[in-house]
Amino acid sequence: MALAPGSSKRDKVNRPAVSVPVEALAALAPKLRDDPALRFDLLLDHTAIDWIADGRFELIYHLYSTVHGHHLTLTTSVSRENPVVPTVGAVWPIAHWQEREAFDLMGVLYDGHADLRRLFLEDDWEGHPLRKDYKDDSMLGLPK
Amino acid sequence: MSVSLRTLNDVVRPPTTAASALATQEYFVNMGPQHPIAHGSLRLVLRLDGETVKEVIPVPGFVHRGIEKMCEHLGPRQIVHLTDRMDYLSALMNNWALAMTVERAAGIAVNERIETIRTLMAELQRLQSHVLWWGVLGMDLGAFTPFLYGFREREVIGEIFEETIGARLTMNYIQPGGLMYDIHPGFARKVKDVARYIRPIIDEYDTLLSGNVILQERLRNIGILSPEKAVALGCTGPVVRASGVPYDLRKVEPYGVYGKAEFDVVVGTVGDCWDRYCVRMEEMRQSLRIIEQLIDNIPEGPHMVVKYGARIRIPEGIHYGQVETARGVFGVTIVSDGKGEAPYRMHFRSPSFNNLWAVTALAPGWRIADLIAIQSSLDLVIPDIDR
Repeated sequence: MALAPGSSKRDKVNRPAVSVPVEALAALAPKLRDDPALRFDLLLDHTAIDWIADGRFELIYHLYSTVHGHHLTLTTSVSRENPVVPTVGAVWPIAHWQEREAFDLMGVLYDGHADLRRLFLEDDWEGHPLRKDYKDDSMLGLPK
Repeated sequence: MSVSLRTLNDVVRPPTTAASALATQEYFVNMGPQHPIAHGSLRLVLRLDGETVKEVIPVPGFVHRGIEKMCEHLGPRQIVHLTDRMDYLSALMNNWALAMTVERAAGIAVNERIETIRTLMAELQRLQSHVLWWGVLGMDLGAFTPFLYGFREREVIGEIFEETIGARLTMNYIQPGGLMYDIHPGFARKVKDVARYIRPIIDEYDTLLSGNVILQERLRNIGILSPEKAVALGCTGPVVRASGVPYDLRKVEPYGVYGKAEFDVVVGTVGDCWDRYCVRMEEMRQSLRIIEQLIDNIPEGPHMVVKYGARIRIPEGIHYGQVETARGVFGVTIVSDGKGEAPYRMHFRSPSFNNLWAVTALAPGWRIADLIAIQSSLDLVIPDIDR
Protein backbone atom coordinates (compact mmCIF):
# COMPACT_ATOMS: atom_id res chain seq x y z
CA MET A 1 0.00 0.00 0.00
CA ALA A 2 1.38 3.34 -0.96
CA LEU A 3 0.92 5.76 1.93
CA ALA A 4 1.48 8.86 -0.13
CA PRO A 5 2.57 9.69 -3.67
CA GLY A 6 6.32 9.33 -3.92
CA SER A 7 6.69 7.28 -0.74
CA SER A 8 9.07 4.37 -0.64
CA LYS A 9 10.44 1.88 1.84
CA ARG A 10 13.31 3.32 3.85
CA ASP A 11 15.98 0.62 3.80
CA LYS A 12 18.43 -0.12 6.57
CA VAL A 13 16.09 0.57 9.46
CA ASN A 14 15.51 -2.19 11.97
CA ARG A 15 11.79 -1.48 12.14
CA PRO A 16 9.13 -0.99 9.45
CA ALA A 17 10.11 2.28 7.85
CA VAL A 18 8.74 4.49 5.10
CA SER A 19 10.31 7.49 3.45
CA VAL A 20 7.93 10.17 2.18
CA PRO A 21 8.52 13.41 0.28
CA VAL A 22 8.28 16.41 2.57
CA GLU A 23 5.36 17.86 0.56
CA ALA A 24 3.27 14.80 1.47
CA LEU A 25 3.91 14.99 5.22
CA ALA A 26 1.16 17.42 6.22
CA ALA A 27 -1.55 15.42 4.47
CA LEU A 28 -0.18 12.06 5.55
CA ALA A 29 0.07 12.74 9.28
CA PRO A 30 -3.68 12.88 10.03
CA LYS A 31 -4.20 9.83 7.84
CA LEU A 32 -1.66 7.86 9.86
CA ARG A 33 -3.37 8.77 13.08
CA ASP A 34 -7.00 8.38 12.03
CA ASP A 35 -7.07 5.54 9.47
CA PRO A 36 -8.79 2.67 11.32
CA ALA A 37 -6.20 0.20 10.05
CA LEU A 38 -3.25 2.35 11.10
CA ARG A 39 -4.18 4.41 14.19
CA PHE A 40 -0.68 5.63 14.98
CA ASP A 41 -1.71 7.69 17.97
CA LEU A 42 1.61 7.94 19.81
CA LEU A 43 4.52 9.91 18.42
CA LEU A 44 7.24 8.27 20.47
CA ASP A 45 10.15 10.24 19.18
CA HIS A 46 11.14 12.78 16.59
CA THR A 47 14.63 13.78 15.63
CA ALA A 48 16.80 14.80 12.69
CA ILE A 49 20.00 13.54 11.10
CA ASP A 50 22.44 15.85 9.36
CA TRP A 51 23.59 14.09 6.16
CA ILE A 52 26.01 16.85 5.33
CA ALA A 53 27.60 15.03 2.36
CA ASP A 54 24.18 14.79 0.69
CA GLY A 55 23.26 18.34 1.72
CA ARG A 56 20.08 17.28 3.47
CA PHE A 57 18.50 16.67 6.84
CA GLU A 58 16.64 13.46 7.34
CA LEU A 59 13.78 13.70 9.82
CA ILE A 60 12.69 10.65 11.76
CA TYR A 61 9.29 10.09 13.34
CA HIS A 62 8.95 6.96 15.47
CA LEU A 63 5.25 6.15 15.61
CA TYR A 64 3.39 3.61 17.68
CA SER A 65 -0.24 2.57 17.81
CA THR A 66 -1.58 1.88 21.28
CA VAL A 67 -4.71 0.50 19.58
CA HIS A 68 -3.08 -2.09 17.32
CA GLY A 69 0.32 -2.41 18.95
CA HIS A 70 2.28 -1.86 15.75
CA HIS A 71 4.94 0.68 14.98
CA LEU A 72 6.28 2.62 12.03
CA THR A 73 9.27 4.79 11.42
CA LEU A 74 8.49 7.66 9.09
CA THR A 75 11.31 9.57 7.48
CA THR A 76 11.46 12.56 5.22
CA SER A 77 14.25 14.73 3.85
CA VAL A 78 14.76 18.46 3.46
CA SER A 79 17.64 20.43 2.02
CA ARG A 80 20.17 21.89 4.43
CA GLU A 81 19.89 25.31 2.78
CA ASN A 82 16.20 25.69 3.38
CA PRO A 83 15.18 23.17 6.05
CA VAL A 84 11.50 24.03 6.28
CA VAL A 85 9.12 21.24 7.28
CA PRO A 86 5.42 21.43 8.11
CA THR A 87 4.74 20.91 11.80
CA VAL A 88 2.78 17.83 12.80
CA GLY A 89 1.83 19.36 16.15
CA ALA A 90 -1.83 19.55 15.21
CA VAL A 91 -1.90 15.77 14.83
CA TRP A 92 0.43 14.73 17.66
CA PRO A 93 0.60 17.54 20.26
CA ILE A 94 3.88 16.19 21.69
CA ALA A 95 5.46 17.19 18.38
CA HIS A 96 5.32 20.83 19.55
CA TRP A 97 7.82 19.86 22.19
CA GLN A 98 9.98 17.43 20.20
CA GLU A 99 10.19 19.77 17.22
CA ARG A 100 11.54 22.51 19.44
CA GLU A 101 14.42 20.24 20.36
CA ALA A 102 15.16 19.51 16.70
CA PHE A 103 15.02 23.23 15.95
CA ASP A 104 17.30 24.10 18.83
CA LEU A 105 19.98 21.51 18.22
CA MET A 106 19.70 20.91 14.48
CA GLY A 107 18.16 24.09 13.10
CA VAL A 108 15.20 22.50 11.36
CA LEU A 109 12.44 25.06 10.82
CA TYR A 110 8.85 23.99 11.40
CA ASP A 111 6.27 25.73 9.27
CA GLY A 112 3.16 26.56 11.29
CA HIS A 113 4.68 25.88 14.70
CA ALA A 114 3.08 28.35 17.09
CA ASP A 115 5.95 28.59 19.54
CA LEU A 116 9.23 27.84 17.78
CA ARG A 117 11.80 28.74 20.41
CA ARG A 118 15.12 27.44 21.60
CA LEU A 119 14.62 24.66 24.09
CA PHE A 120 17.86 23.81 25.87
CA LEU A 121 20.15 26.60 24.75
CA GLU A 122 19.81 30.29 25.38
CA ASP A 123 17.86 32.43 22.95
CA ASP A 124 20.98 34.24 21.75
CA TRP A 125 22.99 31.09 21.07
CA GLU A 126 24.63 31.09 17.66
CA GLY A 127 24.33 28.02 15.48
CA HIS A 128 22.85 24.59 16.04
CA PRO A 129 25.26 22.24 17.81
CA LEU A 130 24.19 18.90 16.40
CA ARG A 131 24.94 19.99 12.85
CA LYS A 132 28.07 18.34 11.54
CA ASP A 133 29.68 21.67 10.58
CA TYR A 134 29.04 23.31 13.94
CA LYS A 135 32.05 24.96 15.53
CA ASP A 136 32.49 27.05 18.63
CA ASP A 137 35.40 28.26 20.71
CA SER A 138 34.89 25.87 23.58
CA MET A 139 34.92 22.70 21.49
CA LEU A 140 37.83 20.41 22.11
CA GLY A 141 39.73 18.94 19.19
CA LEU A 142 39.73 15.20 18.77
CA PRO A 143 42.90 13.47 19.96
CA LYS A 144 45.08 12.68 16.95
CA MET B 1 6.27 30.33 4.54
CA SER B 2 5.19 31.15 8.05
CA VAL B 3 8.13 30.12 10.17
CA SER B 4 8.47 32.69 12.89
CA LEU B 5 11.07 32.29 15.59
CA ARG B 6 10.37 33.39 19.11
CA THR B 7 12.30 33.96 22.29
CA LEU B 8 11.36 33.59 25.91
CA ASN B 9 10.79 37.35 26.07
CA ASP B 10 7.99 37.02 23.55
CA VAL B 11 6.24 34.56 25.82
CA VAL B 12 6.81 36.17 29.18
CA ARG B 13 5.15 39.55 29.00
CA PRO B 14 5.37 42.26 31.65
CA PRO B 15 2.30 42.49 33.90
CA THR B 16 -0.51 44.67 32.64
CA THR B 17 -1.62 47.57 34.79
CA ALA B 18 -4.77 46.86 36.70
CA ALA B 19 -7.83 48.77 35.56
CA SER B 20 -8.87 49.61 39.10
CA ALA B 21 -7.70 49.00 42.63
CA LEU B 22 -9.98 45.97 42.89
CA ALA B 23 -9.22 44.39 39.51
CA THR B 24 -6.90 41.40 39.41
CA GLN B 25 -4.02 41.11 37.02
CA GLU B 26 -1.96 38.25 35.71
CA TYR B 27 1.70 38.04 36.48
CA PHE B 28 4.66 35.74 35.86
CA VAL B 29 6.63 33.96 38.55
CA ASN B 30 9.71 31.82 38.14
CA MET B 31 9.52 28.46 39.84
CA GLY B 32 13.11 27.33 39.76
CA PRO B 33 15.72 26.76 38.40
CA GLN B 34 16.42 26.15 42.07
CA HIS B 35 13.28 24.81 43.63
CA PRO B 36 12.92 21.79 45.94
CA ILE B 37 10.11 20.34 43.83
CA ALA B 38 12.24 20.09 40.72
CA HIS B 39 14.75 17.70 42.34
CA GLY B 40 17.32 19.30 40.09
CA SER B 41 17.60 22.42 37.99
CA LEU B 42 14.36 22.93 36.15
CA ARG B 43 12.85 26.33 35.55
CA LEU B 44 9.11 26.65 35.20
CA VAL B 45 7.72 30.06 34.36
CA LEU B 46 4.21 30.33 35.72
CA ARG B 47 1.56 32.72 34.51
CA LEU B 48 -0.59 33.27 37.55
CA ASP B 49 -3.85 34.86 38.44
CA GLY B 50 -3.57 35.10 42.19
CA GLU B 51 -2.85 31.54 43.29
CA THR B 52 -4.32 30.00 40.15
CA VAL B 53 -1.97 28.71 37.50
CA LYS B 54 -2.95 29.97 34.05
CA GLU B 55 -0.01 28.68 32.08
CA VAL B 56 3.18 26.75 32.68
CA ILE B 57 6.19 27.46 30.47
CA PRO B 58 8.94 24.91 31.09
CA VAL B 59 12.44 26.22 30.43
CA PRO B 60 14.74 23.20 30.58
CA GLY B 61 18.41 23.13 29.67
CA PHE B 62 20.25 23.83 32.90
CA VAL B 63 21.72 20.31 32.92
CA HIS B 64 22.16 20.03 29.16
CA ARG B 65 25.50 18.34 28.58
CA GLY B 66 25.29 17.65 24.88
CA ILE B 67 25.38 13.89 25.37
CA GLU B 68 24.18 13.23 21.83
CA LYS B 69 27.03 15.27 20.39
CA MET B 70 29.56 13.54 22.62
CA CYS B 71 28.33 10.15 21.44
CA GLU B 72 29.41 10.99 17.90
CA HIS B 73 33.01 10.58 19.05
CA LEU B 74 32.64 7.52 21.26
CA GLY B 75 32.33 3.79 20.80
CA PRO B 76 29.34 1.82 22.11
CA ARG B 77 31.15 0.75 25.28
CA GLN B 78 31.98 4.33 26.11
CA ILE B 79 28.45 5.54 25.42
CA VAL B 80 27.16 3.19 28.14
CA HIS B 81 28.78 5.49 30.66
CA LEU B 82 26.80 8.44 29.38
CA THR B 83 23.43 6.67 29.48
CA ASP B 84 23.76 6.38 33.28
CA ARG B 85 23.91 10.09 33.53
CA MET B 86 20.53 10.77 32.02
CA ASP B 87 17.98 9.10 34.25
CA TYR B 88 20.28 8.20 37.12
CA LEU B 89 17.47 6.41 38.94
CA SER B 90 17.07 4.06 35.98
CA ALA B 91 20.76 3.82 35.16
CA LEU B 92 20.76 0.08 34.59
CA MET B 93 17.71 0.19 32.36
CA ASN B 94 19.28 2.95 30.30
CA ASN B 95 22.45 0.84 29.98
CA TRP B 96 20.28 -2.02 28.88
CA ALA B 97 18.52 0.00 26.19
CA LEU B 98 21.84 0.88 24.61
CA ALA B 99 23.31 -2.60 25.04
CA MET B 100 20.24 -4.20 23.50
CA THR B 101 20.20 -1.85 20.51
CA VAL B 102 23.91 -2.37 19.87
CA GLU B 103 23.61 -6.14 20.22
CA ARG B 104 20.70 -6.37 17.81
CA ALA B 105 22.47 -4.15 15.31
CA ALA B 106 25.79 -5.96 15.52
CA GLY B 107 24.22 -9.42 15.68
CA ILE B 108 25.50 -10.33 19.14
CA ALA B 109 23.44 -13.02 20.85
CA VAL B 110 23.63 -12.98 24.63
CA ASN B 111 22.87 -15.99 26.80
CA GLU B 112 20.07 -16.68 29.21
CA ARG B 113 22.18 -15.93 32.27
CA ILE B 114 22.95 -12.44 31.09
CA GLU B 115 19.32 -11.75 30.24
CA THR B 116 18.11 -13.05 33.60
CA ILE B 117 20.58 -10.98 35.60
CA ARG B 118 19.71 -7.92 33.52
CA THR B 119 16.02 -8.42 34.20
CA LEU B 120 16.62 -8.88 37.91
CA MET B 121 18.80 -5.81 38.12
CA ALA B 122 16.29 -3.73 36.17
CA GLU B 123 13.44 -4.75 38.45
CA LEU B 124 15.52 -4.07 41.55
CA GLN B 125 16.19 -0.64 40.23
CA ARG B 126 12.58 0.01 39.30
CA LEU B 127 11.72 -0.90 42.87
CA GLN B 128 14.44 1.38 44.18
CA SER B 129 13.34 4.23 41.97
CA HIS B 130 9.68 3.92 43.00
CA VAL B 131 10.63 3.68 46.69
CA LEU B 132 12.55 6.92 46.37
CA TRP B 133 9.72 8.54 44.41
CA TRP B 134 7.31 7.62 47.18
CA GLY B 135 9.51 9.25 49.80
CA VAL B 136 10.04 12.35 47.72
CA LEU B 137 6.35 12.69 46.92
CA GLY B 138 5.66 12.71 50.64
CA MET B 139 8.22 15.42 51.17
CA ASP B 140 6.91 17.50 48.26
CA LEU B 141 3.48 17.47 49.84
CA GLY B 142 4.80 18.45 53.25
CA ALA B 143 5.31 15.11 55.00
CA PHE B 144 8.97 14.67 55.84
CA THR B 145 8.79 11.18 57.37
CA PRO B 146 8.25 9.26 54.09
CA PHE B 147 11.43 10.81 52.75
CA LEU B 148 13.45 9.14 55.51
CA TYR B 149 11.65 5.83 55.03
CA GLY B 150 12.15 5.96 51.29
CA PHE B 151 15.85 6.56 51.65
CA ARG B 152 16.13 3.74 54.17
CA GLU B 153 14.81 1.16 51.70
CA ARG B 154 16.70 2.67 48.83
CA GLU B 155 19.87 2.06 50.82
CA VAL B 156 19.09 -1.62 51.24
CA ILE B 157 18.77 -2.12 47.48
CA GLY B 158 21.77 0.12 46.89
CA GLU B 159 23.86 -2.30 48.95
CA ILE B 160 23.01 -5.13 46.57
CA PHE B 161 24.16 -3.04 43.63
CA GLU B 162 27.27 -2.00 45.48
CA GLU B 163 28.23 -5.57 46.26
CA THR B 164 28.04 -6.77 42.66
CA ILE B 165 28.76 -3.63 40.70
CA GLY B 166 30.92 -1.54 42.99
CA ALA B 167 28.88 1.58 42.34
CA ARG B 168 25.59 2.89 43.61
CA LEU B 169 24.38 5.50 41.17
CA THR B 170 26.20 5.56 37.83
CA MET B 171 26.74 1.88 37.44
CA ASN B 172 27.77 1.18 33.80
CA TYR B 173 26.96 -2.43 34.55
CA ILE B 174 25.04 -3.65 31.53
CA GLN B 175 27.41 -3.57 28.58
CA PRO B 176 26.98 -4.45 24.92
CA GLY B 177 27.62 -8.20 24.91
CA GLY B 178 26.92 -8.90 28.54
CA LEU B 179 27.64 -7.57 31.98
CA MET B 180 30.62 -5.74 33.38
CA TYR B 181 31.10 -8.27 36.21
CA ASP B 182 29.52 -11.52 37.23
CA ILE B 183 27.16 -11.34 40.18
CA HIS B 184 28.48 -11.54 43.73
CA PRO B 185 28.29 -15.08 45.19
CA GLY B 186 25.85 -13.89 47.82
CA PHE B 187 23.61 -12.07 45.33
CA ALA B 188 20.68 -14.50 45.24
CA ARG B 189 20.53 -14.89 49.01
CA LYS B 190 20.73 -11.18 49.58
CA VAL B 191 18.08 -10.36 46.99
CA LYS B 192 15.73 -12.87 48.60
CA ASP B 193 16.38 -11.36 52.02
CA VAL B 194 15.64 -7.91 50.68
CA ALA B 195 12.49 -9.05 48.89
CA ARG B 196 11.25 -10.62 52.11
CA TYR B 197 12.07 -7.42 53.97
CA ILE B 198 10.52 -4.98 51.52
CA ARG B 199 7.19 -6.71 50.90
CA PRO B 200 5.73 -5.81 54.33
CA ILE B 201 7.45 -2.42 54.11
CA ILE B 202 5.32 -1.48 51.09
CA ASP B 203 2.24 -2.34 53.12
CA GLU B 204 3.67 -0.16 55.85
CA TYR B 205 3.99 2.67 53.31
CA ASP B 206 0.28 2.31 52.65
CA THR B 207 -0.55 2.59 56.33
CA LEU B 208 1.82 5.52 56.70
CA LEU B 209 0.83 7.67 53.78
CA SER B 210 -1.70 6.21 51.35
CA GLY B 211 -4.57 6.26 53.81
CA ASN B 212 -3.79 9.76 54.97
CA VAL B 213 -6.75 12.02 54.30
CA ILE B 214 -4.59 15.06 53.58
CA LEU B 215 -2.62 13.16 50.96
CA GLN B 216 -5.76 11.84 49.34
CA GLU B 217 -7.34 15.27 49.27
CA ARG B 218 -4.27 16.63 47.56
CA LEU B 219 -4.07 13.88 44.96
CA ARG B 220 -7.59 12.73 44.17
CA ASN B 221 -9.19 14.32 41.10
CA ILE B 222 -6.21 16.64 40.69
CA GLY B 223 -4.55 16.88 37.28
CA ILE B 224 -6.78 14.44 35.41
CA LEU B 225 -5.26 13.08 32.22
CA SER B 226 -7.63 11.27 29.87
CA PRO B 227 -6.25 8.24 27.98
CA GLU B 228 -6.48 10.01 24.61
CA LYS B 229 -4.73 13.07 25.96
CA ALA B 230 -2.03 11.06 27.69
CA VAL B 231 -1.16 9.33 24.43
CA ALA B 232 -1.37 12.54 22.39
CA LEU B 233 0.98 14.23 24.85
CA GLY B 234 3.51 11.45 24.38
CA CYS B 235 3.34 10.20 27.95
CA THR B 236 4.67 6.76 28.72
CA GLY B 237 5.35 4.66 31.77
CA PRO B 238 3.26 4.90 34.94
CA VAL B 239 1.83 8.23 33.72
CA VAL B 240 0.09 6.77 30.67
CA ARG B 241 -0.82 3.57 32.51
CA ALA B 242 -2.51 5.57 35.27
CA SER B 243 -4.76 6.99 32.55
CA GLY B 244 -5.84 3.46 31.66
CA VAL B 245 -3.61 2.73 28.66
CA PRO B 246 -1.90 -0.62 29.27
CA TYR B 247 1.25 0.35 27.40
CA ASP B 248 4.13 -1.43 29.07
CA LEU B 249 7.01 -2.55 26.88
CA ARG B 250 7.70 -5.43 29.22
CA LYS B 251 4.40 -6.87 28.03
CA VAL B 252 3.83 -5.53 24.53
CA GLU B 253 7.39 -6.00 23.27
CA PRO B 254 8.97 -8.39 25.79
CA TYR B 255 12.72 -8.22 26.05
CA GLY B 256 15.10 -9.85 28.52
CA VAL B 257 13.24 -12.68 30.24
CA TYR B 258 10.06 -10.72 30.95
CA GLY B 259 8.22 -13.15 28.68
CA LYS B 260 8.89 -15.91 31.21
CA ALA B 261 7.81 -14.03 34.31
CA GLU B 262 4.24 -13.61 35.39
CA PHE B 263 3.25 -10.09 36.30
CA ASP B 264 0.38 -7.71 35.77
CA VAL B 265 0.42 -4.39 33.96
CA VAL B 266 -1.00 -1.96 36.48
CA VAL B 267 -3.46 0.56 35.06
CA GLY B 268 -5.52 3.32 36.58
CA THR B 269 -9.08 4.34 35.81
CA VAL B 270 -9.31 8.09 36.41
CA GLY B 271 -5.87 9.34 35.42
CA ASP B 272 -5.50 11.77 38.31
CA CYS B 273 -2.52 12.19 40.61
CA TRP B 274 -3.96 9.58 42.95
CA ASP B 275 -4.03 6.97 40.16
CA ARG B 276 -0.43 7.73 39.30
CA TYR B 277 0.37 7.24 42.97
CA CYS B 278 -1.48 3.92 43.17
CA VAL B 279 0.01 2.61 39.92
CA ARG B 280 3.52 3.08 41.23
CA MET B 281 2.67 1.57 44.60
CA GLU B 282 1.35 -1.54 42.88
CA GLU B 283 4.25 -1.65 40.43
CA MET B 284 6.59 -2.07 43.37
CA ARG B 285 4.75 -5.25 44.31
CA GLN B 286 4.81 -6.44 40.70
CA SER B 287 8.56 -5.86 40.55
CA LEU B 288 8.95 -7.96 43.68
CA ARG B 289 6.85 -10.65 42.03
CA ILE B 290 9.15 -10.73 39.00
CA ILE B 291 12.24 -10.80 41.21
CA GLU B 292 10.90 -13.66 43.32
CA GLN B 293 10.13 -15.73 40.23
CA LEU B 294 13.52 -15.31 38.65
CA ILE B 295 15.94 -15.27 41.55
CA ASP B 296 16.01 -19.05 42.07
CA ASN B 297 16.54 -19.85 38.43
CA ILE B 298 19.58 -17.91 37.29
CA PRO B 299 21.10 -20.15 34.59
CA GLU B 300 24.80 -20.86 34.44
CA GLY B 301 27.03 -19.42 31.78
CA PRO B 302 29.54 -16.68 31.07
CA HIS B 303 28.56 -13.12 31.96
CA MET B 304 30.11 -11.65 28.82
CA VAL B 305 30.01 -13.05 25.30
CA VAL B 306 32.18 -10.43 23.61
CA LYS B 307 35.89 -10.13 24.29
CA TYR B 308 36.76 -7.06 26.33
CA GLY B 309 38.32 -4.51 24.07
CA ALA B 310 37.02 -6.13 20.89
CA ARG B 311 35.69 -3.54 18.49
CA ILE B 312 31.95 -3.58 18.06
CA ARG B 313 30.96 -2.53 14.57
CA ILE B 314 27.45 -1.33 13.95
CA PRO B 315 26.32 -1.87 10.36
CA GLU B 316 25.12 1.06 8.31
CA GLY B 317 21.55 2.12 8.99
CA ILE B 318 19.15 3.38 11.63
CA HIS B 319 18.83 1.15 14.68
CA TYR B 320 16.12 1.80 17.22
CA GLY B 321 15.70 0.01 20.52
CA GLN B 322 13.70 0.74 23.62
CA VAL B 323 13.11 -0.45 27.16
CA GLU B 324 10.61 0.35 29.88
CA THR B 325 12.39 2.30 32.59
CA ALA B 326 10.88 3.37 35.89
CA ARG B 327 9.60 6.50 34.12
CA GLY B 328 8.52 5.17 30.77
CA VAL B 329 9.90 4.38 27.35
CA PHE B 330 13.59 5.03 26.96
CA GLY B 331 14.45 4.78 23.28
CA VAL B 332 17.84 4.72 21.61
CA THR B 333 18.30 5.67 17.97
CA ILE B 334 21.72 4.80 16.61
CA VAL B 335 22.46 6.09 13.13
CA SER B 336 25.56 4.43 11.74
CA ASP B 337 27.36 5.15 8.51
CA GLY B 338 29.20 1.85 8.78
CA LYS B 339 32.56 3.52 9.29
CA GLY B 340 34.36 3.11 12.59
CA GLU B 341 32.90 2.43 16.01
CA ALA B 342 31.36 5.81 16.76
CA PRO B 343 27.79 6.35 15.56
CA TYR B 344 27.14 8.99 12.93
CA ARG B 345 24.30 10.32 15.03
CA MET B 346 22.85 9.24 18.32
CA HIS B 347 19.50 10.18 19.76
CA PHE B 348 17.88 9.30 23.05
CA ARG B 349 14.16 9.36 23.59
CA SER B 350 13.93 9.99 27.29
CA PRO B 351 10.68 9.47 29.19
CA SER B 352 11.03 12.51 31.45
CA PHE B 353 11.52 14.83 28.48
CA ASN B 354 8.18 13.80 27.02
CA ASN B 355 6.36 13.46 30.34
CA LEU B 356 7.35 16.99 31.32
CA TRP B 357 5.28 18.36 28.45
CA ALA B 358 2.17 16.96 30.14
CA VAL B 359 2.56 19.47 32.95
CA THR B 360 1.70 22.29 30.53
CA ALA B 361 -1.65 20.65 29.85
CA LEU B 362 -2.34 19.43 33.38
CA ALA B 363 -1.55 22.40 35.59
CA PRO B 364 -3.64 25.28 34.13
CA GLY B 365 -6.67 25.93 36.27
CA TRP B 366 -5.17 24.46 39.43
CA ARG B 367 -3.49 26.20 42.34
CA ILE B 368 0.28 26.38 42.78
CA ALA B 369 0.12 23.73 45.50
CA ASP B 370 -1.65 21.41 43.06
CA LEU B 371 1.08 22.02 40.51
CA ILE B 372 3.50 20.64 43.10
CA ALA B 373 1.38 17.50 43.43
CA ILE B 374 1.05 17.15 39.66
CA GLN B 375 4.74 17.49 39.05
CA SER B 376 5.56 15.09 41.83
CA SER B 377 3.14 12.54 40.40
CA LEU B 378 4.91 12.74 37.02
CA ASP B 379 8.16 11.68 38.71
CA LEU B 380 10.56 13.70 36.58
CA VAL B 381 14.33 13.31 36.63
CA ILE B 382 15.87 16.53 35.37
CA PRO B 383 19.10 15.25 33.74
CA ASP B 384 16.85 12.89 31.79
CA ILE B 385 15.00 15.89 30.35
CA ASP B 386 18.08 17.86 29.39
CA ARG B 387 20.49 15.11 28.31
